[in-house]
Amino acid sequence: MRLIFITLLALMLATVVGLGATWMTATRGTDLGTLTIGAWTARPKTGTADIDPYSRASIARSGELPVGTGDGVAFSATSDDRKRPLDGRCDVVVSGVTPAARFWTLTLYDSRGRLVANSLQRYGFTSQEIVRSADGSFEVRVAARSRAGNWLPTGGIERYALVLRLYDTPVGVATRTQRDAPMPSIATVACP
Amino acid sequence: MIRLLLTIVAGVLLGGIVHLVSVLALPRIATQDAYSRLAPITKLNAVTSLPQADPGSAPLPFMDPAFAVAICRYDLSQGPIKLTVPVSQAYTSVSFYTRNEVAYYAINDRSAGRKVIELDLMTEAQHAELPEDEDVTAADRLIIDAPTAAGLIVLKALAPEPGLMPQAQAALAASSCKLQTEPAPAKR
Repeated sequence: MRLIFITLLALMLATVVGLGATWMTATRGTDLGTLTIGAWTARPKTGTADIDPYSRASIARSGELPVGTGDGVAFSATSDDRKRPLDGRCDVVVSGVTPAARFWTLTLYDSRGRLVANSLQRYGFTSQEIVRSADGSFEVRVAARSRAGNWLPTGGIERYALVLRLYDTPVGVATRTQRDAPMPSIATVACP
Repeated sequence: MIRLLLTIVAGVLLGGIVHLVSVLALPRIATQDAYSRLAPITKLNAVTSLPQADPGSAPLPFMDPAFAVAICRYDLSQGPIKLTVPVSQAYTSVSFYTRNEVAYYAINDRSAGRKVIELDLMTEAQHAELPEDEDVTAADRLIIDAPTAAGLIVLKALAPEPGLMPQAQAALAASSCKLQTEPAPAKR
């Protein structure tokens, strides 16, 4: 009787621990092969055949298609440079320069990867349509209410993610630091 | 007491095994992965344009709204696939994925270096069956070896401004992806 109880306990524990760990890693992701520059993280290896099993599991779960390495690389950010989560009710400024790439796009998603509705139908910027200053740097205002210049509307949602995708770029598996890939800074400037 | 501790240790160890097995199995048992989502709305061995991603509906999460996207869902068991994609004005890329969304190859318009990206996709066995001289005469023909018989080819054309989206879509609409039923002609 006691043996059965103990075996059952061990098996139940194994199920909870094992599936719990899988669920955590598949939803939150792991640090395996991540490239972190400022607030931005990328997993260049997800675009190759060398993708690690954890990234495969999280891609299978979310249903997205990773950007292939010969195509480009995707950096995402869910918090600002001071590790504060991006809040759609605040004014967030994304400014600076981007790594060398033929084109880039900056897109705003909700936490499940959907675009956020707004009357302008503005879901992001491409490198061609953005307004830059004389030295080539740019500044994007991510805010709920309309702003002058490059305004990216948040629709006032609580949490969102910014994804900067570089297309036809030398940035990739070999990139390590900010020097190879100068990413724009993200700063929360005002919160109601 | 010791028995209970041993039980917990055994449980956690077993849990580690369950974790590893489930992580490795997840791509195979997932029902909401990209291939499963696209299978009902795309044709087999033909190009299907995907609708533009908008807030209400998007075929896949995290799609780039600046791109026109078309999918060729392939199955090489009937024979190799020939893919032709005319290059759009801004940026065009072709990415290859296995059935389980491993991106094994991607090429863009500049690395293709031509006005039309032309590729042959075949399994390694089909590639090995190609006549020897065929391989030589076809030096300008790009052959991709697919690791699995089924998968996805994703064709993307960038619209740098929203007004250029119809052009990007038109470029993809002119692309083709079809089975090479008869063996490719020896002379080209």
